[in-house]
Amino acid sequence: MSVLRSALIPLIAVTLALVVGAILIATSGSSPVEAYSALIEGSFFGWESFGTTLEKATPLIMGGLAVAFAFKAGLFNIGGQGQLLFGALIAGAVGYGFTGLPWIIHMPLALLLGAVAGAAWGAIPGILKATRGAHEVITTIMLNFVAANMAEWLATKVWRKEGDILVRTPIIEDSAEIPTWGHVPLGFFIAVAFALAIWFLLQRTTFGFEIRSVGLNPSAAGYAGISVKRIIVLTMTISGFLAAIGGSIETLGVVGRYEPGVNAGLGFDGITIALLARTHPIAVIPAAILIAAMNASASLMQFKAGVAPEIVDVIEALILLFVATPIIVRWFVKSRQDDGVSVGATWGST
Amino acid sequence: MTAVQAPLALEAIGVTKRFGSITANEDVDLQVEAGTVHALLGENGAGKSTLVNILFGLYHADEGEIRVAGKPVRMDSPRDAIAHRIGMVHQHFQLVPVLTVAENVVLGQEPTRGLGVLDLDAAAAEVTRLAERYGLDVDPRAVLEDLPVGTQQRVEILRSLYRQADVLILDEPTAVLTPQETDQLLGVLRGLAAEGVAVVFITHKLREVLAIADRVTVMRHGRVVGSTDPAETDEAGLAEMMVGRSVVLRVPKSAARPGDPVLSIDGLCVQDDRGRPAVDDLDLEVRSGEIFGIAGVEGNGQRELVEAITGLRDVLDGSIRVNGTELAGHRPREISELGVAHVPEDREKHGLIAAHSIADNLVLNRYHRPPFARRGVRQPAAIDDEARHLVERFDIRTASIDAPARSLSGGNKQKVIAAREFSHGAPLLVAAQPTRGIDVGSIEFVHRQLIEQRDRGVGVLLVSAELDEILSLSDRIGVIYRGRLVIVADAADLDRAHIGRLMLSGSDQPA
Repeated sequence: MSVLRSALIPLIAVTLALVVGAILIATSGSSPVEAYSALIEGSFFGWESFGTTLEKATPLIMGGLAVAFAFKAGLFNIGGQGQLLFGALIAGAVGYGFTGLPWIIHMPLALLLGAVAGAAWGAIPGILKATRGAHEVITTIMLNFVAANMAEWLATKVWRKEGDILVRTPIIEDSAEIPTWGHVPLGFFIAVAFALAIWFLLQRTTFGFEIRSVGLNPSAAGYAGISVKRIIVLTMTISGFLAAIGGSIETLGVVGRYEPGVNAGLGFDGITIALLARTHPIAVIPAAILIAAMNASASLMQFKAGVAPEIVDVIEALILLFVATPIIVRWFVKSRQDDGVSVGATWGST
Repeated sequence: MTAVQAPLALEAIGVTKRFGSITANEDVDLQVEAGTVHALLGENGAGKSTLVNILFGLYHADEGEIRVAGKPVRMDSPRDAIAHRIGMVHQHFQLVPVLTVAENVVLGQEPTRGLGVLDLDAAAAEVTRLAERYGLDVDPRAVLEDLPVGTQQRVEILRSLYRQADVLILDEPTAVLTPQETDQLLGVLRGLAAEGVAVVFITHKLREVLAIADRVTVMRHGRVVGSTDPAETDEAGLAEMMVGRSVVLRVPKSAARPGDPVLSIDGLCVQDDRGRPAVDDLDLEVRSGEIFGIAGVEGNGQRELVEAITGLRDVLDGSIRVNGTELAGHRPREISELGVAHVPEDREKHGLIAAHSIADNLVLNRYHRPPFARRGVRQPAAIDDEARHLVERFDIRTASIDAPARSLSGGNKQKVIAAREFSHGAPLLVAAQPTRGIDVGSIEFVHRQLIEQRDRGVGVLLVSAELDEILSLSDRIGVIYRGRLVIVADAADLDRAHIGRLMLSGSDQPA
């Protein structure tokens, strides 16, 4: 399928959502034009706004990648939130706990160990599915709660600086920081590099072919000699790794320490992003930037146009609704060529 | 000429149906008389299913008219069709597995004792009455999922009759049946016609048409190529109408020149999914250069035997050796690389990844090896070269090797699997139901390929529910009954009736 046609449904979904959003804004007595100009201004005008958008997009890219990647093997990783938390926490612990290392070693080490922690957390539902047949949706949701409470305990009892009244780890060493050049965050480029790498892995390697085969038809994949269990475990592990990179970058590049509240909900946004990108690894990047832009400028919209910032959540939810139900979009475009496969109906259809 | 002609039970006039740029039915006429069995014959993709789906209201025709009992009708949904007393038995049964036979039959039009209280006794009595009238033997209180496929199909037929169908449409009803069940079904259909029901059944099996049809309409490429009385034609004539060229129904073959054993199975025991013994102390030997056919009623351990050989099912006891190497305990990938090619029974589920391209499917057993991959990176150029070569050599009809495998017809899908499995020089070929559900032209092709493989010195283990296929291809035949081979003999020493008795009872004595 051509790139343009694949992008058609998400583009129309976004447009429709903005139209409905405009009607809502107008009925609440504000001007949609003002609101949307504030939206664009707050997210793209000037290096500072643009940098903030990229910064906010970074964990969303990684979360979206994690979900999209698991989709390709037919797995629905709802555990991005827990995996991201572990990445954020362990990166924070390594970031302050190791001293005297040069940046070139310390930063990558903190990033990597955070990611490995998330990978281990992601491997658990993979192993449970492969060996016991436990459905990953159930286990990943449960593990999100376990992760949140475990992270809280570790940040409270083990790694909290003495005397700090807040639940958080100490500030990381300078040598662990992921820098921001001017207003442009390096973390964003790390995320983009991962998106490209995942695309290559899925499309060009035998491992990626095995993942896609298992996702499309596990029994035929088994007949072809692919070990389906191995693929399930590895896919969930890598998915956890990707989500945790998002958390690690957030700690090392934005917050500077692990603080539970900061990461709330980031992992779940990954599901929205993956759906909007129709599970395409590269399409995850613009999808994440779009959502990040709206989040980044919600407050400016309130300030300038007097619109409640929650309207942004409504628009995001509408986008998701329209993407997941292509039939609504088809009322507007007679696109018979579309294969009729929606991501909502069968995960990982591209 | 008869003075008064009864109106046709069901008639389609000039029906045209397009899907996008594809015309599935073009100006199709069909005339079905009451009290007759009307066969709708054609290759896969000829438009038979589209036509009956239109007749049953599942699709809406772009052009044309449908008449029931002489009156033009509008069919917007199956509800309309049922109201016009048309019943349909789909290939995939529309039944509820956990309900009883009687409950399934009355579902949607349940008899009640007033106030909406179900009257299951009345339902059971009605089912028994219908079953007796039409000779459909079935226990109304049995739970559906415990019944064999053939019986489940009878429940589907009963459901249509319960709704007082005057026209009964069956979409490839025999595709899922054993030979015995097929014979029973054909008997039932004749009985229905004798009771005045108009029966339309889709098939691509010529023998069935000749056995019971009063009239046959042949379709090709979405058009009706002709309608005839089966008595005025024969298998070759029908096949030619269907395919558009003359077809060899029985591929000629020379005498086998068997060599050393390639496959040796000793004392093999394998369990089925529920942990019951399926293959029970089975011994078997397949030599290079011969086709060894396994005949048997389905469910006697054939599937488990094939899965054990190919590594998809654990071996409980005994040994399986290929050219002296033990296979038991090895994984499917290792067994494939030891030289076992496999044409799986369920093409759609196990043989292909429908959403992958044809090229990817053609290398599905070798995608990880050079030249198709180097250091874990796939080599699209090498894959495409191989795919183009195989598409040409195996005459796979497709516009592009990049098209998804799901776009192919059943016969061409099977050619993809054959191309993949036959082309890499494996000394043993395990072919399970290799021609199930594919058209006559493709059957001929697959049969030729199997014989060609044999002549190249490959040992072929052929498992088939089609006794004709076993008889026409095999050099030696084993009959499987309850997980054991009850006889192994040269094909020349066995006749159809003898094998049939062994398949049914495991012994020569009449059951």
